[in-house]
Amino acid sequence: MKVLNVVGQRVPMHDAAAKITGQARYTDDLTLPGMLFGKLVRSTIAHGRIKSIDVSKAKALPGVKGVITGMDIPDRVYGIVPKAKDEHALAREKVRYIGDEVAAVVAVDQETAEEAARLITVEYEELPAVFDPLEAIKEGAPLVHDNTPGNVSAQIHKEFGDLEGGFAASDYVFEDSFYTQAQNHAPMEPHAALASWDALNGDLTLWSATQIPYFLKRNLSTTLLIPEQNIRVIKPTVGGGFGQKIDMFSKDFCACWFAKELGRPVKFVYDREEVFQSTRQRHPMYLTVKTGVSTEGKIIAQKITAHADGGAYNSTAPLMITLSCFFVMIPYKIENLVYEGYHVYTNKPVGGAMRGHGIPQPRFAIERQIDLIAKRIGVDASEMRLLNAIEAGEPHPAGFIINTCGFADSVREASRAIGWKEKRGKLPFGRGVGIACASFPSGVANMSHLASGCVVQLSSEGRVSILSGAADIGQGAETVIAQIVAERVGVPMEDVHITAADTGLCPLDAGTFGSGVTVRAGNAALNAANDIRAQLFPVVAEALGCEVDEIEAANRLFWVRGTPDRSVGMRDVLRQYQYVDRSLPIVGRGAWVPPADSATTLLTNNGNLSPNYSFMTQAAEVEVDLETGRVNVIKVLTAHDCGQPINPMLVEGQLEGSILGGIGYALYEDSTCIDGQQHNPSFLDYGFPTMMELPEMEGIHIDTDDPIGPFGAKEAGEGTQLAPAPAIVNAIADAIGVDFDRLPVTPDMILAALKKRREEAVGEAR
Amino acid sequence: MAAQEAGTQKGLSMDRKRVLTLNVNGDDYEVVCAPNTTLLEALREKAFLTGTKRGCDLGACGACTVIVDGHAVLACLTLAADMEGRTIRTIEGISEGGELSPLQQSFVDHGALQCGFCSPGFIMSATELLTENPHPERAEIQRRLAGNLCRCTGYVKIVEAVEAVAQGAEGGAR
Repeated sequence: MKVLNVVGQRVPMHDAAAKITGQARYTDDLTLPGMLFGKLVRSTIAHGRIKSIDVSKAKALPGVKGVITGMDIPDRVYGIVPKAKDEHALAREKVRYIGDEVAAVVAVDQETAEEAARLITVEYEELPAVFDPLEAIKEGAPLVHDNTPGNVSAQIHKEFGDLEGGFAASDYVFEDSFYTQAQNHAPMEPHAALASWDALNGDLTLWSATQIPYFLKRNLSTTLLIPEQNIRVIKPTVGGGFGQKIDMFSKDFCACWFAKELGRPVKFVYDREEVFQSTRQRHPMYLTVKTGVSTEGKIIAQKITAHADGGAYNSTAPLMITLSCFFVMIPYKIENLVYEGYHVYTNKPVGGAMRGHGIPQPRFAIERQIDLIAKRIGVDASEMRLLNAIEAGEPHPAGFIINTCGFADSVREASRAIGWKEKRGKLPFGRGVGIACASFPSGVANMSHLASGCVVQLSSEGRVSILSGAADIGQGAETVIAQIVAERVGVPMEDVHITAADTGLCPLDAGTFGSGVTVRAGNAALNAANDIRAQLFPVVAEALGCEVDEIEAANRLFWVRGTPDRSVGMRDVLRQYQYVDRSLPIVGRGAWVPPADSATTLLTNNGNLSPNYSFMTQAAEVEVDLETGRVNVIKVLTAHDCGQPINPMLVEGQLEGSILGGIGYALYEDSTCIDGQQHNPSFLDYGFPTMMELPEMEGIHIDTDDPIGPFGAKEAGEGTQLAPAPAIVNAIADAIGVDFDRLPVTPDMILAALKKRREEAVGEAR
Repeated sequence: MAAQEAGTQKGLSMDRKRVLTLNVNGDDYEVVCAPNTTLLEALREKAFLTGTKRGCDLGACGACTVIVDGHAVLACLTLAADMEGRTIRTIEGISEGGELSPLQQSFVDHGALQCGFCSPGFIMSATELLTENPHPERAEIQRRLAGNLCRCTGYVKIVEAVEAVAQGAEGGAR
């Protein structure tokens, strides 16, 4: 039985008071003496060659300090995936989407910079453009990148078992197609960067709203041609990311470039339209799912074909399509499986990592199709999911090692709690329930650059200072790491202080993506805290007259297990530590890398994708307004196996936030792009859920004790974003008998479907 | 031609700049503003009160909410020039002396914030609400705070945090 004092507690975020009082400093809150302000000039056409750029009027404007175009900077491409780099900070010969960066200016104030940007005129030779991935792969389609025939920049084809044999052995085979839309992350903080150049030492410092300071540092080095050891990236407080702040952006490069050129600090801040148009979005995806089942609903074989609309650049393309592929192999047991996925360039805003990263799209398709199949063959949709549930310890076709799995329990619990037996198919017309399931990795294992480091320092006064590379973007990573260290060293939270995500001070970390921070950086922190214990506990053992492995520690107190009255305080221990003339501070070092055979790529190799896997079933109850077509999500509940929650309050926060994100994905959000032009790049027009759309929520924790996560923890940040949308659309089908195959399900679509049903009913009556 | 027009426009705005006295959290700030300078710009860029956030600059997210003469307003849609002689309260004026207000404490205790970027705006809107009505029901809390967007929390804990203060003996009238 685990006895925990700090881990598992509902501890407020360590920086909650700073944030709630307005004292927390985000990048745009920072000001440096002599600071200049930047603005980017963006392409107004979807595809074309740059014939000329006239910057003369901008340069002549009083107050303008610098103007650059793509020809003024090194011809170096960057990107988050080393083998898929395809972006220039400023376009050189071609622009590839409306919003592509072509020039940058800096001036003494923002107003002047914006005016100078307006004075720059670009002459283009317009090229034919392509806006749909299924068009883009056709022969003769315009090429977004000349070196990428067919516009397919990343693809994956994976086969397990015997697909055709599986279909032949199936009692039924069904094929259905689905489409999911572009969703914007819409973090509340717009992207920002502030750079400062130390000419005397040749050192560059960048404060950036980033999720991965170390990758940013690397991309800056290779594009600016400054050695990495001369670049320091500091992540101030970040106002949300959800994957959108993983990449380097032009603002980062340009702030650094001008800071170095001009010897003055430079700040670039994107406006909301730029965030929508020119950062990242969730890939729209066309999916076809062909599934063979037995009469009971056992899945015998499945083939999934996916075409992702990547927009103009790669960003995470190979990783996205790989994750999309591998996560159709979980949480169901499918022996005979083929996934074929394509990341396709189009002349549109760029797809990137977004909470779930390539997985919500196939999840929607698969979870919708299970409901369709259950209806067609006359089995219960919840029982069909249970029948196919993956279990811990079983051999996995792709080589996943699943040590703990609360999946089957999650299906049972969610079904019970939503009242499946009483409600499914039995509620009045217009009201319905639906469920959907998912699993998610706690970070990815089989890749390079996945080590995390941590340093913990215990001072002579008992202050515990942590240096971690982990990037807290609002999810509470710093608090979670502090809790892990506090628990292990045996001190209360108020003794622990953390400095994180500063590449000049902190050890390497892979950053915030793939929901891997708690397991990866948390294990590094745990190892560093263990190192503290290894140095401190011999002194404690001497003081207590016991063996090291008999010591219990909590709340600045050490005692002999089983005899709490034989105890000694932290202060006394540290004093004795000094008396025996050992050096202070005590410094613990820790590192962790996910267990993997080798740093390889899942594009070509199989293997254990992640250190561990979370599982969840989400159930929704909806009411459809038959007059307006509006869907009211009444309740969403989640039965969730995330291992041991390090901080249940933060886990709930992740869960609740992802449910609202899922409601937006299901019903409201769609970054509409017509002929390459975004039509709703503002909060007013985009419309993600407000407090008025808040459903009743309930979380049910499925207990597992994972051997790899720190204190048994698994991911809790992204997985719960996967199933709400299919659960809601499944509930809509239960409510009105209409099966939607695309997202979002809008009131227009519902009214049209209801009208069609009425007309068909009248037709049949005749 | 475009250059001349833009240049002229800028010239005009520069010419018309003047010194405004803005009373923020009880202190007078003298700030140089153009006629089109917003209260948000004046607060953040001229008075360096950066607790008020810029989320959209379009009046759509509520992150820049401040209280002017007792009423919550969106600083990004308010001209600084109109604010002379008014009493402006920002997030920096809520926790004077370093003490969190009961509402702020409730947000912290309930985990009603994650990235924190929307939090100052929520505190200002909810402070206005609780000043007007110390004991609002859940439906009123939701209606009154629907203009403040949050992408992280899913709103659940924000509602709970405000509700906890509203249900307290003294309510939220502080």
